[in-house]
Formats: sequence, C-alpha cells, structure tokens
Amino acid sequence: MQSIIRQNTIPPELPDFRNLGTILRIVLAVNVLTGVAALVRESQLDLWVTQWAELTAVVEPHLIVELAILYALAPVIARQSYVTGALLIAALTIGVGLGVHTLIDRQFPEPRPAPLRHLAFALGVYGALLAYFRLRAKALSPAIAESRLQALQARIRPHFLFNSINAVLSLVRSDPKQAETALLDMADLFRVLMRDNRDLVPLADEIELCRQYLALEKLRLSERLQIEWHLNSMPGDALIPPLVLQPLLENAVYHGIEPSSAPGVVSINIFYKGGEVHAILRNPYQADGGRHHAGNKMALSNIRERLKLHFDAEGVLDSRVRDAAYEVHIRMPYRTTKPVVKREPDSVKTELDAKGNPLVSPQGGTHSSVPLSREDTGASLRVDGNDSKVSSG
Amino acid sequence: MADAPLHVLIVDDEAPARRRLRELLTDCGSVLPLALVGEASNGREALDMLHAVNADLVLTDIHMPEMDGLEFARHVLKLPQPPVVIFTTAHDEHAVQAFELSAIDYLMKPVRVQRLLAALEKVPRLKPLSAARLDQLPASTRRFLSVTERSRVVLVPIEEIVYLKAELKYITIRTAEREYLLEESLTKLEDEFGSRLVRVHRNCLVARDFIRGFERRVGGDGDAHWEVLLKGVPEMLPVSRRQQAIVREIGRAAPADGEEGRK
Repeated sequence: MQSIIRQNTIPPELPDFRNLGTILRIVLAVNVLTGVAALVRESQLDLWVTQWAELTAVVEPHLIVELAILYALAPVIARQSYVTGALLIAALTIGVGLGVHTLIDRQFPEPRPAPLRHLAFALGVYGALLAYFRLRAKALSPAIAESRLQALQARIRPHFLFNSINAVLSLVRSDPKQAETALLDMADLFRVLMRDNRDLVPLADEIELCRQYLALEKLRLSERLQIEWHLNSMPGDALIPPLVLQPLLENAVYHGIEPSSAPGVVSINIFYKGGEVHAILRNPYQADGGRHHAGNKMALSNIRERLKLHFDAEGVLDSRVRDAAYEVHIRMPYRTTKPVVKREPDSVKTELDAKGNPLVSPQGGTHSSVPLSREDTGASLRVDGNDSKVSSG
Repeated sequence: MADAPLHVLIVDDEAPARRRLRELLTDCGSVLPLALVGEASNGREALDMLHAVNADLVLTDIHMPEMDGLEFARHVLKLPQPPVVIFTTAHDEHAVQAFELSAIDYLMKPVRVQRLLAALEKVPRLKPLSAARLDQLPASTRRFLSVTERSRVVLVPIEEIVYLKAELKYITIRTAEREYLLEESLTKLEDEFGSRLVRVHRNCLVARDFIRGFERRVGGDGDAHWEVLLKGVPEMLPVSRRQQAIVREIGRAAPADGEEGRK
C-alpha cells in the first residue's frame, strides 16, 4: 500500500540544462513567446515581423548568455533541491537581464525603456517554462509509475516465471547446489523488478541483473542459448534507467531463441562513443516465429518513454531487422552524477566476469558529469583483457 | 489390462522440464505400473518416435520449435492406434481456457505428483482426442499436412505444397516430387492457409509462391479460359470463370519472371 501512495507523488525535478532536448525546447519557447509579445504590440502582419525581429534582437543575447551560464552551472543546479534551484535560476535570470541590459546600454547609449519591463517579461517566460517542464515530467511519469506493475505482469512473462520454477524443481534432486544458485538468481531478479525503479542505476548493476536473468534462461535452454558479451569499452559507472536492458534480453530469448531448436546467439554489445553510451542487442530473427510481437512492441515503447523522461531527446531507441538478425540499438548520454541527490544506490560494486577478473571499475559518485577528456580517463574505465566472448551465462 | 504397464512418451523442448517429468513418473511408478518409452524435444521428433515405439500416453508441452504440441496432437490422430495426449503447459491462458471448454486434459507446470498420478490413472479409460475437439483449440496454423501411408504418418511441409486438388473423396497434395492423398475439407484448408494458397477453381487451391504465370487457352469448343503455369511441375491448372479476377491480381503482384510470363 505504502509503495502505491509513494508512486503517486513525483518529486519535482529541474530539467537537465545540458540536455539538447531541454535547450531546444527553451530556445523554441522563448522565440515563440517573443513572437506573441510582438503580436500584442503590433497587429499588422507586415509590421509584426519587423517588430518581432526588433524584439528578438534584444531577447536573444539574454537567452544565449543565460543558456550558457545554465550549461556551465548545470551540475551545481542539479545538486540543489527543486525550490532552491528554481530560485537560483530566477536570480540568475534577473542578473543576466540587468547585466546584458547595462552592456547594451553602454554600446548603444541611445535612450532605452526601463529594464523593469524586460525583467518582468523574462521572469514571466521563466515561470511559464518552469511550469511546462513540470507538466511534461508529470505527463511522462506514468511510464515510470506503471513500470513496476508492468514488471510483474508483462516484463517477466509468467511463461518465464513458471518455466524457470519448473527448471529449478528439476534440479532439486539431482543438483541441489545448482538449484540453490538458480533460486538466488531468481530472488535477485525479482528484488530489482519489485523495487522502486525511478532512480537511475549504474550500468554495471543492470549488466549484473542481465547475467542473472540469462543464467536462468540458460538453465532451461542450455546450448540453444548462446550469449556473446562485448563489454570491453563499457563505462560501468554510467547511470541509466533501471530495467532498460533486461526486458530487451527477455524479448530476444522469447522471440529469437525459443521458437527454434537450433542454437542461436544473443549478443550484447555496450560501448562508449562520443559522449554517449551505446547498447546494441542482437538476436536471430524468426520470420515465422508464430508468436505475436505485440508484447515486444509494448516493451519497446515503455523503454522508449522512460529513456525520453530521463534523457529527453538524447535517449534514443531504434530497432530493425538486419542480416537475419533483430537488432535493438539504444543511445544514452553518458552521465555519472545523479540530477538530484537521493539515497545511495543499493550497490556500486565491481563486477566479475567468468574468469573472476573485474569487468568494470565503476567510479561511483564522481563530480565530472561530462566526459570532457574521455580519452585520457578512458583507460581506468575500460576492462582489462581481451574482448570477452563468453558463451555461457 | 491392469498388469500391463502404461507406456508413456514425454515431449518437451526444455531438458529440465523433461527431467522433472521423468522424476515424477518414477515416483508414480511405485503406485502404478509404468514404462517410459521415450523422450522427444518437439512434436516432429515425437511423431517419428511413435512409428518405432508403442505409447499409450503422450505428455506434451505446447510451445515448442519445429512443431508445437497442438499441431502434434492433430497429426497423432492419423496413426492407426493413436495414443492419449495430455498437454503440459507452464502458462498459456488461451489454451487453458480452450482445454477447459472442450474437456481436454492438461497439466500445469510445475506439475504436482498427485495431479500426474490422477491423470495417469484415468488414461486407460480415455479415448484419443477427436479432431472435432482439437478444432476448438486456439487456431494455430499448421506447419505440415499429414497423411497416413502404410500405417505411418507422413508429414508434408506446407511450404512444399504446389497445389491441392479435390477429387471425389480425397484431396491430392502436389509437391514438386510427388503426390499424396489427404482426407480433409478444401474449404477448411483454404481458411487455414488462405494467405499462402489461393483458390483458382472450385476444386483447387494453388500456392502463390509456385505460380509462374497465366496462359490463355482456347478449348476445342472455342471457349477461351485461363490456365495457371506452375514452377516445378509440368501440369497446368484451369482457372474457373468465377476466379478470373485472381489472374489480374496475382499477375500484377508478381510480375512475370522469365519468358513464360502472362500473355
């Protein structure tokens, strides 16, 4: 019960000012509002355009300066509470308004109207944008609120649950040790599925979850399920929305492996490139698998929505069929700090691969939220050793 | 009768699921005379096995590659002495509903030993499933048609069928290699495989993939009609006046390949 009540209150969050989507939305909104303001002043159409241009000439410098400062201060703002952050930006808006005004005054010493009107306009626009981003977060949040429910209903297919229990039962007599491991994997998997899944988690944690899930599938499907991991240049400390990869792997197994009696490969390729984390999942494409793909579409759209909520335009999911393989490609910005300080993640731990070597060394909680010189620091984030082509779970 | 052990065949694509059933059957063995005659990982394999061994009961999973449990149950009926089929399923709401409605036996996985024992005890009194009852199950398109030849069930993959032609009591299945005789209704086959087979005549369904083109023929009485040219087989099939629209429809969709396109 308690958890349901908690679900309904979405903590207000300021947008991420380094996100391309956020920046574009702000620029567009300010220009449209300027156009409306011009329309209020001048109703004649041909004059309106000139009016707009005149206004824009004043508004644009403010906008650019403010956006630049916001970009620079984004990590600082992200650490404040919603109210403090909002007031900070309001103060910044006034400061920028006065500053740019004085600057323009000095350059063009002709008489100008008092800055008070400009400031009022700026604060008005700021208030409108603040309300807009809050509404947008609310509109997108059902995707997150529902995610837990869906986790139980659709994500983990009952099909998987009961078949796994059946597989574990089959081990109880002959191989109690393995049965034990399998039950522990299941416990971990369901713990994650049932917890509050709103916060971002380290990528390494999601990978660990995927390993546990695949170990269970491997138990049922044995050699029919071949798994290839390519995690050499995976940034394990990247923060991602939880349960982004596991449901996709579940689809890969259900649609790509189970309908065929021949062994098939599910490959997971995660790497860092140009400030982004890429995850490419591939599975054999079964043209006439005989399974309706509605479930797959539902999972994809849910993940897409959650990427959008967390990363706006920078979180992208594409899927396609290529070379008899079904491929899902996810792109997310590389982030290592949380937008708002919340409780510590359950576990930031070092993952071990099959040979017991550390796969990734998550740099939890560092302050550098943008990998400016990624090439320099890259070495410490990369895995030692060769491309791990592990074909067992 | 009571002394003869019950011969059981297990069909499931997951090895652990087969092992689990095997263990449970061993448990039941102390109460009931039982003999496990084999294990198969899909319907097709199981059907092959049934040619070699005699089974009274088949415990089969539903979702399997190659041939699922529901299709398997249909082909089993073509055997001279079909065994009783009991489905096992982990989760399939649609199928379970249908089983309930048509009183078809099924076991939910994970299976309890008591449930299995109850089912096994019932078997000698059960009759093989009828085709009519199987028809009530959720329609899944078959991957094979099956015909009985010398007490064996021969499977004809749907994608190898060039055409189906109704003649008197039987339907002739034509593949590139040979012909088979089938006892089914052409209308039902058209319903099931409508996307693949197209009706060219009251008594004939042709696979779209095998249509090479159409040819206009003038008969002895001066009547002109269309005939279908087929890939892989020499014979030509007449298109009835009622079905003439398909000449244009298919001729357009699949432009004539080679010199013998539509004329």
